[in-house]
This record gives sequence, structure tokens and C-alpha cells, in this order.
Amino acid sequence: MVIFIDHCNYCYTGIRQKIIFLIDIICYSLEYMKRRNFVKKAALASMISLVGIDIVFGSSIPEGYQPLALQDPDPFKLFDLDKGMVVLNDKPWNIEAQAHLLDDKITPNKHMFIRNNGLIPENIDANTWSLTIDGESAQEVKSYSISELKSKFQEYTYHLTLECGGNGRSEFDPPAKGNQWTIGAVSCATWTGVRLKDVLEDVGIKENAVYIGYHAADIHLSLDPKKEPISRGVPMIKALQDETLIAYKMNGADIPLAHGYPLRLVAGGWPASVSGKWLNGISVRNIVHDGTKMTGTAYRVPCNPVGPGEKVKDEEMCIIESMPVKSLITYPKTGATIREGTKLSIRGHAWAGELEVSKMEYSIDFGSSWDDCGIELPSNRLAWQHFSAAISFPKKGYYEVWARATDAQGLSQPMLLPGWNPKGYLNNACHRIAIKVV
Amino acid sequence: MEEGLKFKQQVKHIYRALATFVVLSAVITSTIIYVMTDPTLSLFKKTPLESDYVMSPMEVDDDRIENGIHVRTGLIEAEGLMEVVYNCTNCHSSKLVIQNRMNKENWMATIRWMQETQNLADLGLNEEIIVNYLVSNYPPVKKGRRTLLSSIEWYNLED
Repeated sequence: MVIFIDHCNYCYTGIRQKIIFLIDIICYSLEYMKRRNFVKKAALASMISLVGIDIVFGSSIPEGYQPLALQDPDPFKLFDLDKGMVVLNDKPWNIEAQAHLLDDKITPNKHMFIRNNGLIPENIDANTWSLTIDGESAQEVKSYSISELKSKFQEYTYHLTLECGGNGRSEFDPPAKGNQWTIGAVSCATWTGVRLKDVLEDVGIKENAVYIGYHAADIHLSLDPKKEPISRGVPMIKALQDETLIAYKMNGADIPLAHGYPLRLVAGGWPASVSGKWLNGISVRNIVHDGTKMTGTAYRVPCNPVGPGEKVKDEEMCIIESMPVKSLITYPKTGATIREGTKLSIRGHAWAGELEVSKMEYSIDFGSSWDDCGIELPSNRLAWQHFSAAISFPKKGYYEVWARATDAQGLSQPMLLPGWNPKGYLNNACHRIAIKVV
Repeated sequence: MEEGLKFKQQVKHIYRALATFVVLSAVITSTIIYVMTDPTLSLFKKTPLESDYVMSPMEVDDDRIENGIHVRTGLIEAEGLMEVVYNCTNCHSSKLVIQNRMNKENWMATIRWMQETQNLADLGLNEEIIVNYLVSNYPPVKKGRRTLLSSIEWYNLED
């Protein structure tokens, strides 16, 4: 608009009489229309360069229709989200849930956090989509269409917990750079697809295979087509697990665009960044994959513990693998006021990366005493587990209910922040809610 | 003489009628053209303003400041604001700036990281202005090892 006003400034040099004013309006409107069309055309042109492909029938796009990238960016409409979801960043999109929104046993799309590193790809055609397996340690380069994947390999469905490595970052002191996730960057949805190991077996992998790295269709923020916004991966041992999927369905339907339509690598229990969205390639590497956000400090923590704020050299940072034990109280929502003498039912989920949660406790006295509460077995490996309890409060007043999970190896969630790290990963401190008894 | 006066008056009448016609048709044509170009009359939906300034709100719209906040980006109004808007909100959202709190060293490190990996150009003389703006307006906040629960919205839970 500013540019336009500059263009139109010459309209305002005369005396402001009524007729001149009307001419101004005409001049303004014509310029405005020209500019609007120009912007639309320019945006379409830049989208073509941005997507790297021509928009088929671009000229016959209906008058009222604007491609996704140009649409009014209301993420709640765009991604079909619950109004309670919290937008941390709109370029790229980073959106988290709140604890009480995660109450469902299986997280529905509307409550699933979105963590994007780049821009969502446009004009995806699942019919022409292909997944290419290559890399130094692949026997051959082989591509599969989605229908080939579906027809050639057995289909599996699992409930898989995906948590962003930076979930809880906002609590670190000194603060860590990046999206300031609180507690809502976690989900456990139903994922359906084929096993990565079956596909890798079909391609054939060499004995020197160390790691797989994914490649995807998302677009770098700088719009540089040579840059990948993110290209992470997992060691072969994780790649070959039964639950590591090349998924084409989430919660029984096509994967929503924001979650990686039409293909996503899903490796539950590890930082969700290894579950690459818009998957179009997997490289079988003879080294630790060195794609974007595998190196430097990204998704790494100090190999040896450091003090808060300490400088850590890149070579002393180690890649995060399994996520730590953690839990969330998803009911009730924090801030509940109850009558004295009534019991408070709580419930939530607990998960422990590669491991199972073996014990679940809660405290209403800031950790002076802990009570065991029931924890269900996971529906499958790497699914979060559900807990519930009915709590009695001894007298009126302000309480906090703290939840603490313990994993199969006996490690529990800390009540305070765990070890500081430069990028603010792996905060698995106990979740708590405020309760008043009146 | 009377004839001449009458003629003059007639000429005057015709002149007036013509003038009125010209002005009216100009107004009508303008209105029609305007309505054609802007059928929603969006220009008039703004709060009415003195005609002298009728265009100015459009001009400041983009970089309007309300309560010390740059409305379009949500950034705090202070020295260096526009340098930050122009240099730091093209690739990523201003929300990424606002939610972060860093000291000078770390803001600098962030700029270097973006230059090394994200195609950020040399900021030249603007670098100091930008870093000063960020450090003064988005400095680290002490949180300790665990903060109190804050902004709790109390509600009655019926079981």
C-alpha cells in the first residue's frame, strides 16, 4: 500500500477541490486495481519459482481462488485447528497445543502441534508423487509411487508418540534460541503405512550402512531451491525397527497437509524432527547423515553436562536419540476450583521415548509425598500410556498437582529443570496444574 | 436594450444550466467509474475523516503504532524498529524475534548463524542498530530453575 501511495502522490499536488478529489479517487482506484492485479501476478510468478514447477492451468485459476500460499493466513481455518491451539510462529508455521487439549487417547488433527522448519510445499499430486531410495549404502537407486508402496508392501498401523525435541524450551534459563515451546509440542496419533525396513530390504542395503537421511519437498525460508529446510535421519538400528513407518495415513485418513501429506517418515519416541514430512527421498548413508539440522548444534545436547549458559563447541555436542520420560496431566485444565470433600479425578498420558513407562505418581504437596496412580500398558510399543487417579485434599486451600513418570530403567522426571543445554532441548520436568479447594 | 438584456439573461441561464449539467455529469460519471472500480465502496468504510486527510490513514496503515507496538509485526516501538522490520521479517515471522530473549552475544551469534546457513546478507551499519534494538527490547528474563504457575484462569469444576 505504501508503494502505491507513492505512485499516486502526483494526484495530490493540486488544490483539493471536490472535483479534483473525485478525480483523485478514480486515479486511486485505478492504480489500486492495477497494483492488486500486479501483486497477484507477481505472487503467482514467485510461487512458480518457489515451488520450482509451473502451476498447471495457472491462467485458468478461478477468479476468486487463491493458492494456499496466498490465502489469508488464518491457521485455524487453514489447518482445521482447535481455537485453543497456540501459534508461536507463522513463518514458518509453529503451533502447539495446551495440556487440556491433549486429553484424547489418540490425538486428533485439530489438537496436533505443527512444527515446520520451512514453507509447506504447494500443489502436491499424490498420484505422481515418488519416493526415491538412494545413498552410498543403497544397492541401487529405486523409486516408488505411493500406489506401488501400498501394493508391494504389507500395511501396518501404530499409535506413535511424536514430541518435538524443543518441547519445554521456554523454561530454560538462560533462555535458548528458537520457538519457545511450553508443553504442547507432543502428540500420539494413529499412523498407517509400510515399514521402512521392508522398503530398504527391497532396495537392498550394503553392509556399511550407518544411517538413513530423509529428503522432503518443503521449501527453505530463503526460497533458495538448493537448500533443504531440514533433512534429518536415524541410525540403521532405528530405521529397521518394526514401528518405523513410511506413513500415508494419519488417524485413518490421508495425512493432513501440515503433517506431511502425502508421505511422512514416522519414527516414534525420537525427536519429532526425524519424522520427516512431505517425504520424497531416503538416502542410505555410510556415514552419520550430514543433512540440514543434523550437524552443528541442531537437535544436539552437550555430550558431557555443562553449567547454565556455558559455551559448548560443536564437536562436543551429541545427537539426541530417544526422548526422555515425561508425562502430562490433560484433565482437568489447570485452574479448577472444587468443593471441599469432593474427590478430584485426574488423567493424562506418559511416555518414555524408546522405553515404556513403568510407574506413575502424583503429589499434592510439592513432592513431599508421592502417591502411585494407575498407568495402562501402551497399545503398542512407542505409544503413550494413560494414567488416572482420584485425589482427596486434606483441607481447603491452594494446591498444585504434580505428575511424575518413571521409565523402565528407573529414571524419573525431575521436578526442576533438567540439565541446561544451549539449544533448550529435552525439558522433561514434571507437569503441574493449579487447584483450589473451597 | 431590453432585447440585449434578455439575451444576456438567457445566455446566463443557459450558461448556468450547462455548468450545472457539466458538474453533475462529472459527478455522476466519477461516481459510476468509482463504483465500477470499487464495488464494495471500501474506501468509504473507514471511519470518516476530514477530506484533507482522507488518504493519510491508508498511508500509515502499514506501519501503524498503537500503545508502543508496531501493529503489523507486534514489535516494540523503539530506536531501530524499522531496521528490524526490514531486515528481520522477510524470511521468518516477527513472532520468532518476539518470543526470544537473548543478550548481545547471543543475538549476534544468531545473526551469524543466519548469515552462514540461512542466506542472510551482510547487514552493514544496520547490524549495530538491530542488535542494540534487540538487546534493549528483548533482553533475557531471569526464570531460575522453575517458575511459579502464572496467569491461571480459575473456574468451577463440576464433577
